[in-house]
Amino acid sequence: MGHRRTNAAIWTWTLFVLVAIYLPIVCGALASFNKSRYFGFPIKTYSTEWWQKTLDSIEIGMIVKTSISIALLVTVFSVVIATFGALAFARYEWKGRRFYQKLILLPIFFPQPVLGLAMLLGFNAVGIQTSWMTAVFAHMIWIVPVVTLVIAIQVYGFDPSLEEAAYDLGCSRTQVFREVTLPLLWPGIWSGMLFAFLLSWSNFPLSLYTTGADSTIPEWLYAKMVAGYTPMVPALGTMATLGAAGLLLAGGLIGLLLRRRAAA
Amino acid sequence: MADLAIAPAREAAPESTAQLRHARMLSVGARCALPVALLLGIGFLAPLVAIFGYAFATPRSFDVFTSFTLANFATLFDTTNTVWLSFFWSCGLALLTVAILAVIAYPIAYGLNLVFGRWSALISVFFVFPLFVSENVRLYGWVLFFIKNGVLDGTLKWLGLSGGPEVLYTPGITLFGMVYTYLPFMLFPMTLGLALVPRDLVDAARDLGAGRLFIWREIELPLAMPGILIGMLLTFVLAIGATAEAKILGGQSIIVISHDIEIAFTYSQNWPLGSALAVLVTFFIGALTLFALSKLDLDRMLGRR
Repeated sequence: MGHRRTNAAIWTWTLFVLVAIYLPIVCGALASFNKSRYFGFPIKTYSTEWWQKTLDSIEIGMIVKTSISIALLVTVFSVVIATFGALAFARYEWKGRRFYQKLILLPIFFPQPVLGLAMLLGFNAVGIQTSWMTAVFAHMIWIVPVVTLVIAIQVYGFDPSLEEAAYDLGCSRTQVFREVTLPLLWPGIWSGMLFAFLLSWSNFPLSLYTTGADSTIPEWLYAKMVAGYTPMVPALGTMATLGAAGLLLAGGLIGLLLRRRAAA
Repeated sequence: MADLAIAPAREAAPESTAQLRHARMLSVGARCALPVALLLGIGFLAPLVAIFGYAFATPRSFDVFTSFTLANFATLFDTTNTVWLSFFWSCGLALLTVAILAVIAYPIAYGLNLVFGRWSALISVFFVFPLFVSENVRLYGWVLFFIKNGVLDGTLKWLGLSGGPEVLYTPGITLFGMVYTYLPFMLFPMTLGLALVPRDLVDAARDLGAGRLFIWREIELPLAMPGILIGMLLTFVLAIGATAEAKILGGQSIIVISHDIEIAFTYSQNWPLGSALAVLVTFFIGALTLFALSKLDLDRMLGRR
């Protein structure tokens, strides 16, 4: 009886926290449908005017394109590097592995605004002009370790004897990698790709210092929040959120299929 | 005689191939780690070296690696400098964030492991998703919620009450923003930690008549500690470096340490001073992180039991 009451309390608490987590996102969505320029609640007149303006804006179109380009490149590079990084993290027993496991966590434990500034200094010291391409590199410093951990969790659950068997049957190393290792790791790699894209898509502190004259969606939103609020700010914010949600949903469904196939 | 001579040789043969394979594994592992190591070497360690170089450069100059002075550190260690106030604010807020989040996240982490069953995957996704929404957007949502004539104030007035409290642009709301932003970073390590607690051990203790509080204090908490500690460390470190909460929700009513670093780099155009401050923060965080990480076994935490 007491047990059931505790469980009910845990359910209630969790749902309450979830509601609180999504409350500000809902507030932003509400504000984006407000017809007047300044926010007031309850909203007097709803309109999709600001959504239309946001969609029509050429400036925002360019910013969205920059954000997508950065996120796509970050995804491709990070996943390749992190797949090998995860094998080194969790699959192979090698000298220096313990040290490597800890080294890789350091960028995650490092405050991003300071990391962004440090990278700006680094680029400046070697004379590289910052642009959206330097931001790709900056995002990778933080995202590769995260994706490595995500894929490593998949690697831990993987049976090395399958690889050994393939070697014993005379497969070359590339064959084993392509025919055995990669298919078994696909679900983890797929999750890693989703993480890479979405974390880059939403990143602000690293972009702030490393995009130079270019601008990403979170940077544009921040600039307008500080000075020059229009309902286009919550409108673009909501669009970015919906985009991320759509991608996560589609990616999650594909991931489920991959997992089912890997299990079969 | 002949048989005896051959037998040990036969035994040795498979062992040597196993050894050979083992030797090859060593190099394969290191080779797999190489791209990550190179990336972090260039992208993480080199910028830290650059910051270190700038920290000893002439104040208000850009003469990195060509001048050497301790003037920047002297400026920082001057007791009248307000950076110490910022540092205490950051540390205090970070400690409170950790304490509050531990209490908020523990029941949820417990639920994800033992109560939610088949729902726990979906609930986890709901907790992960906010990480993919820029923190600016989420924090600004709270501004819209708490602001005068905002969602809370407007709703209360509509109900005929006197309106919402004025909480925006205070240190308290900054703390609220940090707790809000860093919840997933406490929750997931904690969940991994609680997953390490063997259930049969808890059942055995219960069968032997141990009370709930006793089981929690003597079994669950100590065994889940690695995960809880990682969560605490991660949230503390991230909260020390947080700026968005103090800027967007706190309306700069307090200046946090990372904000001081940013000010040195942007408004006051004093890169060497900003670098010196960043070096101090880096040492503080680095020492804390390395100390905590040296106590942890990541293989056990992440799945290799």
